Amino acid sequence: MKSTLLWAATALTAAAHAQAEDLTLCWAAWDPANALVELSKDYEAQSGNTMHFEFVPWPNFADRMLNELNSGGKLCDLLIGDSQWIGGGAENGHYVKLNDFFDKEGISMDDFAPATVYAYSTWPKGTPNYYALPAMGDALGWFYRKDWFARPDIQEAFQAEYGRPLEEPKTQDELMEIAKFFQGREIDGQTRYGVSIFTERGSEGITMGATSALYPFGFKYTTEPGSYEMEGAVNSPDAVKGLEFYKALYECCTPPGYTDAYMEQTLDAFKSGQVAMAMNWFAFFPGLYADPNIGGEHIDFFVNPKEKVEASVLGGQGISVVAYSDKQDAALDYIKWFAQPDVQKKWWSLGGYSCHNAVLNDPSFPESTPFAADFLVAMNGVQDFWQEPAYAELLLAMQKRLHDYVVADQGTAQEALDQLIGDWTETFQDEGKM
Amino acid sequence: MTDTVIDRAARATPPSVARRVRGVSDRMLAWIFVAPTIFLLLSINIFPLIWTINLSFTNYKANRNRPVEYIGFENYHRILTDKDVWLTMQATAHFLFWTIFFQVLIGFALAWLINRKFKGNDLWTTLIVLPMMLSPAVVGNFWTFLYQPQIGLFNYVVSFFTGADPSSFSMIGQVNLAPWAIVIVDTWMWTPFIMLICLAGLRSIPDYIYEAAEVDRASKWRQFWTITIPMALPFLMLAVLFRGIENFKMFDLVVLLTGGGPGSTTELTSINLKREAFEKWRTGYASAYAIILFVTVFGLASIYVKALNKVKER
Repeated sequence: MKSTLLWAATALTAAAHAQAEDLTLCWAAWDPANALVELSKDYEAQSGNTMHFEFVPWPNFADRMLNELNSGGKLCDLLIGDSQWIGGGAENGHYVKLNDFFDKEGISMDDFAPATVYAYSTWPKGTPNYYALPAMGDALGWFYRKDWFARPDIQEAFQAEYGRPLEEPKTQDELMEIAKFFQGREIDGQTRYGVSIFTERGSEGITMGATSALYPFGFKYTTEPGSYEMEGAVNSPDAVKGLEFYKALYECCTPPGYTDAYMEQTLDAFKSGQVAMAMNWFAFFPGLYADPNIGGEHIDFFVNPKEKVEASVLGGQGISVVAYSDKQDAALDYIKWFAQPDVQKKWWSLGGYSCHNAVLNDPSFPESTPFAADFLVAMNGVQDFWQEPAYAELLLAMQKRLHDYVVADQGTAQEALDQLIGDWTETFQDEGKM
Repeated sequence: MTDTVIDRAARATPPSVARRVRGVSDRMLAWIFVAPTIFLLLSINIFPLIWTINLSFTNYKANRNRPVEYIGFENYHRILTDKDVWLTMQATAHFLFWTIFFQVLIGFALAWLINRKFKGNDLWTTLIVLPMMLSPAVVGNFWTFLYQPQIGLFNYVVSFFTGADPSSFSMIGQVNLAPWAIVIVDTWMWTPFIMLICLAGLRSIPDYIYEAAEVDRASKWRQFWTITIPMALPFLMLAVLFRGIENFKMFDLVVLLTGGGPGSTTELTSINLKREAFEKWRTGYASAYAIILFVTVFGLASIYVKALNKVKER
């Protein structure tokens, strides 16, 4: 009897090991990725599968991962790819369509915030064709030196200059005023500057930064949703004003030599005490709040200020199964586990931004962190860049036109946006969409 | 019948070798030896070149699953009429001209000084060639720090001599300074290369020519212009050829320093080409672009080599 049990146990163990898989999940190298490693330990314990991670720094993330997908590489079984990749991922057959899997496992997209489902999962946009599960909600937000804002001498000086108390900006114009106020100001014997904003040329930095001004000023990609008619939308008077505003903000209120800055550089500028305010993705906010030097009582957060409309730049990603993976069943099993409400709650508690309604609609959510309420507001007004299969071409054209105008001071905002329409028209014509 | 290299190699093969490999003729043996090289040459150089020419007439995109269409010379027409492409050509020409100008000037001067016998000559030579031994990635990164307006040593040195506020200018962030910033770094790194080649040229000039000139009472200035320069010129021209070809395809150093910015001020053709090929994935367009650059470099280099041969014949 004893030996029979022993044999049975051995056989079961062997069977379990035979089914266990080594899964590789690819993502960007940043704070939430560390949280995901921690979270995935539960999955490993539960499933017997072993998780491996391939994290690539943001400036090289798109290059590295898109090359991997385009070459049909098997490095990644699961990919948390940027929202803009969804069109290419779907049309080029890089991502597995998940509808049947969701139906079979009872995973409903109604359980996730609609904006995140629309942005991270669907292609064509808004249709019930799902290529990813919303994994990491994100938007562009702002943070500032709460301790400086609260100082009586600074409050007094601001009141004297602008006739109102110094507080979180509610509009883009107020943001500019505060940035100007801090620019070159001596605080604790050091020269400080107004803001650190995105000006990076190589990947997507200046586009993400400038659209945080363009969207609230009324910039639109097309005159009609679903069309490719850009004349009068991309270069509308409101869009021109928005772009001029961003250039003015760059020129008046950033630290010297701030010509090629993205996530890391804005964080550095803030953490080193150079600037009073900075923009960055909500994904970094848990780390900033926990920072022993500038976190806690020193920092607070605000949503991208409105101007004509309330709008924030969408970040964040969905998790997809790579079509070239030999371990698709195990990869789907990971997604099934990840979609569970309890796992999503733990994901948020570890520093990941869950998109699950069980987390976001929890009454305690807005108070759970100093930035949770802002995150909800931001996610209600997010706008994203093109998600077309040719998004890389569209993005690089915008990077060039914006950097030429904002940083290199060449031409006017109107010319930059007119040229951008020319570039995008050429791309869409090549794609056979115009 | 023409006498090919293979025929000559076959004739030169010692009989003992051929005898040892039974059933294989000398000619076959020669083919066996050169075949790997010919195969590598065809597969690594010739085939990709022909394939690139073929792709340059298509609308092919390597990241898209769609039928490839032949579009004739449209890619070539687009490139040659694109204002932005010509701006990158201008940026490349500026970089090429000024780096070679400064490197030749300083490199030759250093070689001329080092060629004189003095104490510590070897030590100075070693110190001067150090930058050339560094990786472009390392050089690009540390010059980025040196150029930082707030903490960079370069700005403080300029400030020390001019009295300007160090944070009042940004070498890699200003449109008027960035093209010079990359010229400075490339000159710093590659002047030693020109110096070494010039030094070889200067040391190859026999002393008796100078002694004869002394006897003829030629001044040092005249000796320099009528002996030193003409005899070192082939070496100098060779160095310029090497640096010209290298700098025409300059990529790593500039990407690390400026990323092609601010705006597109320092976007050299190689950077632009890489963006078209591997970021925008316009493979057909990028192939045409590469062919245009190849023809340009090949054409210019051929003319230059002819000039170099004429100088050597003199």
